[in-house]
Amino acid sequence: MSATLAVILVLAVGTYAFRLVGPVLHGRVTLPARAQELLSAGAVVLLVALLATGALTEGGGFAGWARPAGVLAGGVLAWRRAPFVVVVLGAAAVTAALRAAGLE
Amino acid sequence: MRSTERTEPTPSTPLGRQFRDPGLLRDVGLVSVAGGIVGVSFGAIAVAGGLPVWVPVLMSLVVYAGSAQFSAVGVLLAGGGPVAAAVTGLLLNTRTAAFSLAVAETIGRGRVARLLGAHLVTDETVAFALAQPDPARRRAAFWLSGVGLFAVWNTGVLLGALAGSALGDTATYGLDAAFPAVLVALVLPALRGDAGLRRAALPGAALALAVTPAVPPGVPVLLALTGLFLYGTRGRRRSA
Repeated sequence: MSATLAVILVLAVGTYAFRLVGPVLHGRVTLPARAQELLSAGAVVLLVALLATGALTEGGGFAGWARPAGVLAGGVLAWRRAPFVVVVLGAAAVTAALRAAGLE
Repeated sequence: MRSTERTEPTPSTPLGRQFRDPGLLRDVGLVSVAGGIVGVSFGAIAVAGGLPVWVPVLMSLVVYAGSAQFSAVGVLLAGGGPVAAAVTGLLLNTRTAAFSLAVAETIGRGRVARLLGAHLVTDETVAFALAQPDPARRRAAFWLSGVGLFAVWNTGVLLGALAGSALGDTATYGLDAAFPAVLVALVLPALRGDAGLRRAALPGAALALAVTPAVPPGVPVLLALTGLFLYGTRGRRRSA
């Protein structure tokens, strides 16, 4: 079991170190405005890639049709400027309904 | 985000007022509830797979990164060994370094704020913060969603670990579609208004999808960052 504890601690320390990069550098290193802008853009690029892979893939393969169909429904709702709650619950509801109907 | 657009933009409003923004509170509450249910399923999966209760509970408190936790536990339960489990989780979390740089200003400068805030940097808190129109609102959104998600996630994991396999499959409720949809709702306003951002983000996401079957988890989204080269081509910053 000590191996499992080691996994947890290594993951915890490593992850916290990643997360500290920004707060530690902030105020010590002055970033040019262009770099600051690229960081914000980079965060959005990461989030879009995360939502795309999260919507379409599972364990390196295709996630099935129900999930991306739900996310697509959420995307259409968001595009039509539906409230946040409607977007999120709509996506989950479409996916749940498709699964209930037997579509994976 | 929709809810913040409905309220008047008031950059000079004191921080305390921002924390009581009902729209923001409702949105954060919804994502927290969904996160809590995913936490329940994480605790349940880990214990049902044969790990003792303290493993998912401790991991959630000190690692606190949903996708890395699922992957690490998945590798452990599949017999992949501790080294593979740790490497997979760490690769998935490298993106938090980029996220922490993007929200460093939002977290604040106090020592305690930096040390605590760093631990709360997740996909959701960053998306919530960046979706806000001004610095005060960004700070309120980051800390509200950060504290809310941390509390609910860890409570959920504990409940799930104690309940074990008594729970049903959360996929039935379509929750796996809810989280990508949360990100869609939070990034869409930025994408809608910025062609440069679309030029960078859409090819980046396409690249991430294309390489997903071939590379280890966590690497695809990092490769998506190469899309930033397209963002820079117009030099649009110079005019601002």
